[in-house]
Amino acid sequence: MSEKFEPKIVAFVCTYCTYAGADLAGTSRLKYAPNVRMVRLPCTGRISPMFILKALQKGADGILISGCHPGDCHFTHGNYHARRRWMVFRSLLDFIGIPTDRVKYSWISAAEGVKFAELINTITEEIRALGPFTQYHGLIEETQSQASL
Amino acid sequence: MAKIGVFICHCGENIGGRVDCSKIVEALGEHPGVSVSVEYKYFCSDPGQESVKKAIRENHLTGIVVAACSPRMHEATFRKACAEAGLNPYLCEIANIREQCSWVHSDKDMATEKAIDITRSMVEKVKLNNNLHPIEVPVTRRAMVIGGGIAGIQAALDIANAGQEVVLVEKEPSLGGHMAQLSETFPTLDCSQCIMTPRMVEAAQHPNITLLTYSEVEKVEGYIGNFTVRVKKKSRFVDMQTCTGCGDCYTKCPVKKIPSEFDCGLGRRTAIFTPFAQSVPNNPIIDKDHCIYFKNGKCQLCVKACKFDAINFTFQDEYLDLEIGAIVVATGFQVQDTAMYGEYGYGKYPDVITGLQFERLASASGPTAGKILRPSDQKEPQHIVFIQCAGSRDPSKGVRYCSKICCMYTAKHAMLYTHKVHGGKTSIFYMDIRAGGKGYDEFTRRAIEEDEASYLRGRVSKVWQENGKLMVRGVDTLLGRPVEVEADMVVLATAMVPQPGAKEFAKTIGIGYDEYGFYNEAHLKLRPVESSTAGIFLAGACQSPKDIPDSVAQASASASKVLALFSKDRLEREPVIASCNEATCAGCWGCVLACPYNAIEKKDILDRSGKVIKQVASVNPGLCQGCGTCVTFCRSNSIDLAGFTEKQIFAEVMGL
Repeated sequence: MSEKFEPKIVAFVCTYCTYAGADLAGTSRLKYAPNVRMVRLPCTGRISPMFILKALQKGADGILISGCHPGDCHFTHGNYHARRRWMVFRSLLDFIGIPTDRVKYSWISAAEGVKFAELINTITEEIRALGPFTQYHGLIEETQSQASL
Repeated sequence: MAKIGVFICHCGENIGGRVDCSKIVEALGEHPGVSVSVEYKYFCSDPGQESVKKAIRENHLTGIVVAACSPRMHEATFRKACAEAGLNPYLCEIANIREQCSWVHSDKDMATEKAIDITRSMVEKVKLNNNLHPIEVPVTRRAMVIGGGIAGIQAALDIANAGQEVVLVEKEPSLGGHMAQLSETFPTLDCSQCIMTPRMVEAAQHPNITLLTYSEVEKVEGYIGNFTVRVKKKSRFVDMQTCTGCGDCYTKCPVKKIPSEFDCGLGRRTAIFTPFAQSVPNNPIIDKDHCIYFKNGKCQLCVKACKFDAINFTFQDEYLDLEIGAIVVATGFQVQDTAMYGEYGYGKYPDVITGLQFERLASASGPTAGKILRPSDQKEPQHIVFIQCAGSRDPSKGVRYCSKICCMYTAKHAMLYTHKVHGGKTSIFYMDIRAGGKGYDEFTRRAIEEDEASYLRGRVSKVWQENGKLMVRGVDTLLGRPVEVEADMVVLATAMVPQPGAKEFAKTIGIGYDEYGFYNEAHLKLRPVESSTAGIFLAGACQSPKDIPDSVAQASASASKVLALFSKDRLEREPVIASCNEATCAGCWGCVLACPYNAIEKKDILDRSGKVIKQVASVNPGLCQGCGTCVTFCRSNSIDLAGFTEKQIFAEVMGL
């Protein structure tokens, strides 16, 4: 690792809004921090809390969940499910001692390339300020099977 | 053993100039399971694709990852290349290292590191990809059009004229909808019935159209190309086969003072009736709520009057289950209830009427035979005040949207009135004159300049009666002062709102609606006639306030969508859909709650003797759109989404 701590952020995004928004940031040649890695899913409704835990376990320092704005979901209401699930999961995270400010939640539409770039920069700085996430690093060896839950 | 091919595209300088492609090639070359790792200037070019195909064939690859631009750009290209090389197209994944890496990062080392991560994670995912095959579903070539107004009739005729079968369902006893109630239509002032009734007859007599009037859709099951629709055919108590529509029955009916719905309460009808003289079909129906026989078992005068024995009080409602391939929803609108505008005196003063009531007064077939007469004393009004936006664009009491047609029809009303009552004066309170449309602004200018309509910009605060006159107090914002106008009649341009029960109906047929109850299109701009449910299309004012040309245009557009659907024998769909493991499903039905498309059904698992052992979830592949919300809901990990399985995503995350 370089002298400066470079956080690793895993983003779970829906393909219709945020992934398209990220593509727009690309086609507009906006510059943003290279710390984010995207996982493309059909809908935020598809995002299981287990994905977030898995990413944290694998060494991610921060997580971003992003999808269509409320009311704009391509699948009519997958993002509402995601939002409700996140509200519940957040309390669980809190309970098990994982700082909830490592998991960010945002709505980004396919038109919001600028917002996407700004968001990535902001959360990169926020996660950088929080420092490396080490709580789970030891656990990775214990759960070798990649697919096990 | 996985044999993955990794193809790193330079995209000219787009990727090659910002990330170190040879480093990616090197890193991925060493990754377990990767047998080929190569770079090239443009993989999307013909020679590029050829080299991918060659690599697949020569190395017997089990999957490929193309690290290039966004999958939204060239996923289809490379999937096709895979298929041509004999590899299942769904064993191809795209690592987006252009839009989401090289174009957005300036630090070359970090961008390269990120590109390696992205590519590696896709390699991990593709190792777990399965062969998928597009889903094929048969198409029933019979359309249903719900609603027999101008939009529904247009859609039905367009489909039927193209040679396809149509079932046209109308809940009222006659076709026609609101357009049949109108007098003249803007901007040409041609008589509404003159253009509408021939179309109604054409629809009723068309060999490809099955007309079901006085019928309602009760249930819609199935999916695109394969709907089963249950229609309730309400009993008319008149046999449509033997009835000739002679009218002897209603002339004899002793209950004569029922306010006519068609005339908006301005006219009267009998208990056995046709809604209007040109009704299609013109067979009468019996209104059970008002018929004396249904009240006390006596009367039956109509039965005696009928020479054809067509009337039978024992007829029951019928239910029809129809196989339908596509549905056009054209259920229309209603005018908003004006009761909330107590200050305008609607309901309190008989001479305060709605725009639709004015249409009936002005209509040659209306209760006054086209004479503009006050409902209170049947005298000709000398001065009419029109109040626009009575409900529209009023977030405090009415609706926030513009009803779109009121500026035009108010101008039309003012014109019709001055044409019929020479020397009659009109005053119109308006907020803005919205006359966008072919010939529309010219039309409103004509009302002002030739027919001397006096437009007052401002809202009305109160209408009250004084010395036999209606007093209208408002404000003229252009002069900046309050005004009081004496009127003989006040016409409210009430807002266009969704049909009563529009939201419940949307749930019945499984389409989305907005906060008001107007039906949602799949995309406001690019898919304006499709609903969010595949195979269900929208036409007319059920989607948003519309005038006749717009409704007709949208109806023809939905008809063309239906015909495109019917042009194929079988439909092909992306195989990204959920499926359920019946062995582990516990039947908690969390997935059923989660599914936005009602695609998950309960399936009985039987033992050998045919006894139900348990019920499990079963995904209907025709309905599933592949959002994956059910997968996340499933407590027992029984449902998974093809192309985005739990295992694949875990592998992807682990690969990062």
